[in-house]
Amino acid sequence: MTVSPELDRRFRDAAAAEGLLDVAYDLVDTPVGRLLVAVTDHGVCEISYDPDLVREEKHLARTFGARVLRSPKPTDDARRQLDEYFAGKRRDFNLAVDLRPAREFGRAVLEELGRVPYGELTTYGSLAARAGRPRAARAVGTVMNRNPVPIVLPCHRVVGSSGALTGYAGGLDRKRLLLELEGALPAA
Amino acid sequence: MMEVVRVPPFERFYEEHQRAVLTQLRRMLGRDAADDAFQETFLRALRAYATLEHGRHLRAWVLTIARNVALDALRRDRLSSAEVPDLESIDEPLPYEELNRLTAQLPQKERAAVFLRYGYDLSYEDIGAALGSSSEAARQATSSGVRRLRRKEQQ
Repeated sequence: MTVSPELDRRFRDAAAAEGLLDVAYDLVDTPVGRLLVAVTDHGVCEISYDPDLVREEKHLARTFGARVLRSPKPTDDARRQLDEYFAGKRRDFNLAVDLRPAREFGRAVLEELGRVPYGELTTYGSLAARAGRPRAARAVGTVMNRNPVPIVLPCHRVVGSSGALTGYAGGLDRKRLLLELEGALPAA
Repeated sequence: MMEVVRVPPFERFYEEHQRAVLTQLRRMLGRDAADDAFQETFLRALRAYATLEHGRHLRAWVLTIARNVALDALRRDRLSSAEVPDLESIDEPLPYEELNRLTAQLPQKERAAVFLRYGYDLSYEDIGAALGSSSEAARQATSSGVRRLRRKEQQ
């Protein structure tokens, strides 16, 4: 006996509408691949590349609570803004971000990261300085690598002091593609 | 020491048990009414989910909730609960065989409350949430069930 898609969708919508979820997530197809987008009452809490659902759900449950459900409605706003961004029609995201799990320095860095403008590059060192710890470029690299909400918090705009792209949790190809989209790199 | 079984993310729980729940509800209510009861069952489970202390016997737990949702629906439709199949007819194995046997003669609501209290260690508040009643009503159903069991034992 299988549950019809309509019945399934009805429950997933009702669960979110009644405010019973710790985390609602959905999958969003973009030019940089399929993304998992997860939101809590506080905002977008996770965006992941190449999501392994079972692993992501466990991680979200441990971090935010066990009531994790795939439910599209709460992610609609994030999905729409991502679509607009990839269509070149949006430069700034107007989305709350849930950074509650981040520690003090990490949160300060991520908040600074959110201020790096569309299409501009900055360096790990400069971000470290703006977060109040000028010598912590390496630690900033670690924070970027664990950025819970890439794209929305634009860690792709952060490069090495030599201008080299260095690294990206989603892979350098994606970093390049995002920077090309923003016109920060010449299109290949 | 018994290993603690973590409560799985709700998505996994829902995916794993949705068919069994729908099967039971259709058997009790028929196809159309089962759809509404399906949603109500998982909403009740979701309301109580955050307070579950372990992930054991979740199928029996959700089938107990489904059964109560179905009984509420049948009562609303003024159908006799005598037509409702017994717990034993559920094709899933139930945990706590002893509890199952002991509580077999209890009224439905009391049986569910006793099961959730002593089989699952849920608080009255959670039992109330799972059964769609207040925590006070859940407490009364549980203690009235236990009193009934004691009286039976003494006979």
